[in-house]
Formats: sequence, C-alpha cells, structure tokens
Amino acid sequence: MVEHALDKSSRIIGSFRDRIAQFALCFAAFLVSASFAWILFDLVRGGIGYLSIDFLVDAPRDAGRAGGIGPILISTLLILLIALMAALPLGWATAALLVEYLPAASRFAHTVRYSLLVLAAVPSIVFGLFGNAFFSIYLGMGFSILSGGLTLACMLLPILVSTAEAGLRAVPDVYRQSGAALGMSRAAILFHVLLPAAAPALMAGLLLGIGRVLAETAALLFTSGYADRIPGSLLDSGRTLAMHIYDLSMNIPGGDAFAHASALVLIAALLLINMAAMRLAAGWQHGTIKSK
Amino acid sequence: MTLWRHTISSRPGYADTLTLWLSRGAAGVAAAVVLFILLFLAAESWPVLRHIPLLHFFTDASWHPGEGMYNLAPMLSGTLYAAAGALLLAAPLGIASSLFILYYAPPGIAHGYLRLVELLAGIPSVVYGFWGLTTLVPLINQVHPPGASVLAGVLILTLMILPTIALTAHAALSAVPGEYIRGAVALGMSRWGLILGVALPAAKTGIAAGITLAAGRAIGETMAVLMVTGNVVQYAGSPFDPVRTLAANIALEMPYAMGDHRAALFVSAFVLMLLVMMLWGLGAGQGESNDG
Repeated sequence: MVEHALDKSSRIIGSFRDRIAQFALCFAAFLVSASFAWILFDLVRGGIGYLSIDFLVDAPRDAGRAGGIGPILISTLLILLIALMAALPLGWATAALLVEYLPAASRFAHTVRYSLLVLAAVPSIVFGLFGNAFFSIYLGMGFSILSGGLTLACMLLPILVSTAEAGLRAVPDVYRQSGAALGMSRAAILFHVLLPAAAPALMAGLLLGIGRVLAETAALLFTSGYADRIPGSLLDSGRTLAMHIYDLSMNIPGGDAFAHASALVLIAALLLINMAAMRLAAGWQHGTIKSK
Repeated sequence: MTLWRHTISSRPGYADTLTLWLSRGAAGVAAAVVLFILLFLAAESWPVLRHIPLLHFFTDASWHPGEGMYNLAPMLSGTLYAAAGALLLAAPLGIASSLFILYYAPPGIAHGYLRLVELLAGIPSVVYGFWGLTTLVPLINQVHPPGASVLAGVLILTLMILPTIALTAHAALSAVPGEYIRGAVALGMSRWGLILGVALPAAKTGIAAGITLAAGRAIGETMAVLMVTGNVVQYAGSPFDPVRTLAANIALEMPYAMGDHRAALFVSAFVLMLLVMMLWGLGAGQGESNDG
C-alpha cells in the first residue's frame, strides 16, 4: 500500500533531483548485477569444457593439472560430516536451552548469547590458528580431517544457534500450553512438538552451515592440510574443494583450467544449497507455522 | 515463553532433568569456545611477548622475523587501506541496493535482485580471489602494472561485503514504521525527499551496525585478499602498489614459521581479533542505544 501512495506522490512531484537519484540507484543495482553476471560468465566459460563425470570421479594427476577431483570430494564430504556431527547437537541444544528453559533475563543466557556474538565476529584465519594450536597440536590430531572438521564446527555454532533460536521462538505458545495440558513432560514437548514445528528453520540453518563449510579455506589451511589422496582414516590429511581451488590457482602453474572447473562445481553446489535454504527460510518467516 | 513458565508448573521428570543438564552442558561448551580461542592465542603468543615488549611490534625497523624484527605496522596499514577502500565503495552501493529494492524497483525485479544479493553473499572467498586473480589483476595490470595491488583488493572486498551492508540496510529500512512513510507521503514529500528525510534517518542505527559488521569482515578476510594484493610488506604509496594484509601474512608464513616467528604470527592474530572485537563492540553499542 505504501507503494501505491508513493506512486501517486511521485507522479505529482517529479523533481529533477528525484530523477537523478532514481538514475543513480538503478545504476548501482545494475553495477552489482553486472559484476555477479561477469563472475559467473568467466567461471562458466573457463570451466565448462573440463566438466565431465570422469572429472568428478577421477583422482587428480600431475598435482591437479590433469585427472579429476574424486578424492577431494570425498575429503570435503568427510570434513562436512564431522563439522555437522559436532556442531548440530551442540548448537540445537544451546538454542533449546536459551528459548525453552532459561528466562530472557538469566545471566547464563546473557553470557552464552554474548560469547556467540563475539564468536560470529572471529575471522576465519583466527579459527585456523586456534584449530592448529588446539586440535592439531595440543590434542595431537595433527593435520587431519578430524582436526579440520572440529575447527569448522566451532565456526558453525553461532549460525546454527541463531537460526534454531529464531525457529523455536516462532512456534506459538499455544503449542506449549496444549502439550502441557495433555500432561506431556517438557522434554516430550520439546522433542515431539517444538522441534518438529521448528524443522524448516533448523533445516535452513543446517543448509547455511553446509554452505559455510564448503566455502571455507582459511580455517582449513593449518588444520586439515593439503593432501589430495583419498583419506584412509579421519586422522589423515585431506583437502576440500575450496582448498583445491586455492592450491591450483596459487601454487600450481598451469592449474587455472582445472581451478575454473573446480570453482564451477563448488559454485553450482553452493547456489543450489543456498537457494534451498532461502526457500525454507522464506516459507518459515511468512508464518507458515499454522495452527491445525 | 516466560508466560508459560509462570502459568504452568509441571513436576520435572527424569527425562526433563537429563535434557536440561545436557543442554546446559552444550551451551556451556558453546560459550567456552570464544574463551578457548582467546586463551590459546594468548598462550601461543606468550613466548615472544615475554622478551619483546608489545611496542616493538609497531616500532621495529621492519618485518624480518628471521632477524628478530617484528614490525606489524606496514601490514596493519595494508589491512586498513583495503578495508577502508572497500567500505567507501560498498557502503553507498549497498545502501543504494537496499533503497532500489524497497522504493524503486517493481516487485518482481525487487524480489529477483534481493535473491541475487543473497546469492552473492554465498560465493566463497576463494572463488572471489580466483576470479580477481584471473580477471581483475590482468585488467589492472594493463592500466598500471603490476596489477596485484591495493586496488584489486579493494574491488574484491567491495563485492564480498556489499551483500552484508545491503541486507542489513534492507532489514533496517523495512522495519521503519509504515505510519512514518504514510505521514511523509501525506505531507506531499517526493520519493527521494522521503528517503533522505524520513526513511534513512529512521533506519540509520541499523544501517550503521551493518557497516561495522561489514568492516569486521573486510579486516578479517584472508584468502581473497591474499590472492589479489601481491603480498609485498610495505606502506602503499598509491592504489596500484602491492601490499600485504595482517590476515594474509598469517596464512603465508604460518606453514614454515617456528619459535618466535610463529608466536609473532599469533600476536598478529591477536591484533586482528582486537580490531574486530572493537568494531563489534561499536556495532553492539549502536544497537543498544537504538533500543534505549
């Protein structure tokens, strides 16, 4: 309705200054869209010729100048699994505690929220140093998939807690009251009513978390290492796809073509994941938690 | 939720107590991660801080860790140049993007553009860096060699932090009460007059918080900047000079750093953390003054 009112007003008063502003804003939007299109176009042009099933399955040869990215995809998947398995229970349990058990004014709740906010601001290279000092050296995991995955789990906590918190808060109080009226315990209400009702938000957080793990490089440099073989165990070193792109473009002369192809694979995966997360988040923000 | 806590008193059963204590434990771990990071940064930088005063990190002749000279100032300047340049470009572009979405674009285009900005936020830094390295750096090289420069870093960082600024500005502007807008329209203000006189002032704390958030991201960004700025330790005299940022320095030297050198890198991570946390405190302060 604001739009209609605005349209009418601008028809009445269409000053010169307004037209300049309109032009400038549209130009800014065009610039941003054009840069996005430029990046995508360059990646597709440089990489599409090398994409094939073989590229996805084969092992890299000649330091990545030939062959494929099979073992790298496996390492990426393992690091992702470890990060999620460590971070999901921690993050969701923290969110449940903040929303369902602690009063808003509680000192503990305040401390937890505050430290998660600070954690969200920590640069990823600092996570990398911490992971190296703590997981790799202090806990003796060395350069390994385990160490990299756990470092990324620390990084994921803020985003998982905040999405789950928002999702749980969006569940109407009627749900809690009905559950209690039926004589359900609080734990039963949480597991059988609230968490299922908040599932779209939890899922959106999960997808965002997956996106963050796939995009990360700096935190993995000194934790999961560079090895491009298929890891034999979780204590073996393994590189993720993002790391492979970095290595090919910076350290391997003549690696650009396969870096393009790997970047294309990574971008395609991330676009799909982010679009799915957006769909879920949009559905849940528009208040689709209906009383049945 | 507090309402529910007061109105319904249920006797906690075994499962309830277990859930409560498990989630308390999880929240404790989540809150402790930040402390752990600070603790390990402090412990790892201690060996060098013990015999070299903190001031030396800014007054030594140069950064030659092999000869015991640890001047971080040139790299600090590189970080600040790149971040400040990116903010100068990204703040107007980001705010313009959010205004375009809310006040100028037709609904279909507005929705599509918002999605595009969200997708831009999901592109990994290593892909931005790779694109910068293969497209932007050669272009700048044609204008003014060597190409890898502050300018390239600024442009890449602009693209990376623009979504943060645009999305927070969009959220802040959407939260401006409808009666403000309707009142302004009723007064016969033009569209640009309304934006400048009503919408932006009403949303300014939210927009400023978004800009501080983006500044933190720009300061901590590692991989993309490392790939395009040339990594020469020096004070840049012009936008076409190569520089090395604090974060890039950590990523570059960590693989072979030993003893005092390694500890000095942890000191620079500490400086980075302090910068980001200061900015974050600034942003949080703005948020609180907004609430009050």
